[in-house]
Amino acid sequence: MGYYGKPIVKEPVWKVPDVPGYLFLGGMAGASASMALAAQLSGRHELVRPARIAAAVGSLASVGALVHDLGRPERFLNMLRVFKVTSPLSVGSWILAPFSGLTALSATTDFSGRFRGIGTLAGAAAGVLGPAMCTYTSVLLADTAIPAWHNAYPELPFVFAGSAMTSAAGASLLASPSRPAVRLGLLGSALELTSTAAMERRVENYRSSKLLTAAKALTVAGAGLSLLRRNRPAAVLAGVSYLAAGVCTRFGVYRTGVASVTS
Amino acid sequence: MTERMGFFTDTSVCIGCKACEVACKTWNDVPADDLDLLGMSYDNTGSLNANNWRHVAFIEQTVEDNTRWLMSSDVCKHCTEAGCLDVCPTGSLFRTEFDTVVVQADICNGCGYCVPACPFGVIDRREDDGRAWKCTMCYDRIGDGLMPACATACPTESIQYGPLDELRARADERVRELHARGQADARLYGHSPEDGVGGAGAFFLLLDEPEVYGLPSNPVVTTRDLPAMWKRAGLAAVAVAAGVAASFLGRR
Ligand code: SF4
Ligand code: SF4
Repeated sequence: MGYYGKPIVKEPVWKVPDVPGYLFLGGMAGASASMALAAQLSGRHELVRPARIAAAVGSLASVGALVHDLGRPERFLNMLRVFKVTSPLSVGSWILAPFSGLTALSATTDFSGRFRGIGTLAGAAAGVLGPAMCTYTSVLLADTAIPAWHNAYPELPFVFAGSAMTSAAGASLLASPSRPAVRLGLLGSALELTSTAAMERRVENYRSSKLLTAAKALTVAGAGLSLLRRNRPAAVLAGVSYLAAGVCTRFGVYRTGVASVTS
Repeated sequence: MTERMGFFTDTSVCIGCKACEVACKTWNDVPADDLDLLGMSYDNTGSLNANNWRHVAFIEQTVEDNTRWLMSSDVCKHCTEAGCLDVCPTGSLFRTEFDTVVVQADICNGCGYCVPACPFGVIDRREDDGRAWKCTMCYDRIGDGLMPACATACPTESIQYGPLDELRARADERVRELHARGQADARLYGHSPEDGVGGAGAFFLLLDEPEVYGLPSNPVVTTRDLPAMWKRAGLAAVAVAAGVAASFLGRR
């Protein structure tokens, strides 16, 4: 059957690693910004700065990856000339652009020590936008004719949400191990592992992804190691495992989708 | 809006001459691709893409020791609910007064989102200029009351252009005629407003299953699920917020 074995739907023309990298960085940044806000509100001041830096670096790199994929910076700005609810990329650009601006502002004011009030406000706004940063990219992928992405739309946002939480926890553990970071990592791990399992039940294609298997192993390793947070090397390893798990999750989902076009 | 215009491609009379491909390239100034023998019968075009806006498919079938030829000139479906148009973040893809779907090259930023959003695999990004291209149903010609180049060049009237309602009625009549002549496998594809894309502005009369021609049997525009997708993403975002908040409660 089929026409000379040719796939019907076209493969995405997006660049790798740009686009999966953009997914990972955006998620890590989003959860980090929310973490910075929560740390501020709960008086865990030592956790604020590293989380703000992670949010700023992550979101600016995410914009950078998107711009690199598009080829020129104006092409990103072109998307901000319109707002289209039917286009997840348009909605996403309208989340990403203010978010990266706000996180950059909160991180730089934190460093320079000037205009702290503005920085705090910017950090708060970024913290509120953060959760949207973690999950909008799932809609971006799911709203395509790529079978494995579209069919996974009920679980994909939760996979990305859990993965973003562990990535933010990982970045925080690298900077300074703390109980909140450990708890965030454990909650994120639980969310990611259960929703990945649910996604694999619904969409067979993900079951054979080596990258997703690696992501699961790294998540479990990160969670286990994070419990030894008083041991500095263990905490660093936990952080690295979590971040690597985040990378594997996004690349795994991305690759599986591309491969599902031909299967 | 003026009347909705469309294509009815009656593949039962296609002779595979590829005049449509050539006329389209010439009129629309579409760049040539590498000349290559693909080993797919007489099809050396391969598929619809940025540089091929009409594509004649050749299928050789063996029926009772004889070869049967299926030939079909494929094209953008100008969907009633067009995924490409929905997801385009720049507004480069738009719906014309003829209810067709057209890309404006000067606005397209080459994001490529439309490419995997099309359930038929039609629209594509051109390598050299990085923009998305596809059939415009000769927007510049039909605005002047001319027929699209492909329909004008087609020697057998396999490609018919006109008001969509008229074409649908004509197609129903043609299927009845073929059935009466014993061509039981004749069927219409993309004509029904009930299908997954709300009906196509360019529909077909086929002589076999759609997959045989490289067409999806049940194309669906994924933006139909968009509200449900945003709802799930919203719930997941709430889960992140709750998770972060919970992590900062409890022991320091
Ligand atoms: S067939 Fe594809 S490119 Fe053509 S209008 Fe429909 S979704 Fe868009
Ligand atoms: S590539 Fe161009 S036409 Fe396609 S979605 Fe992006 S901006 Fe729109």
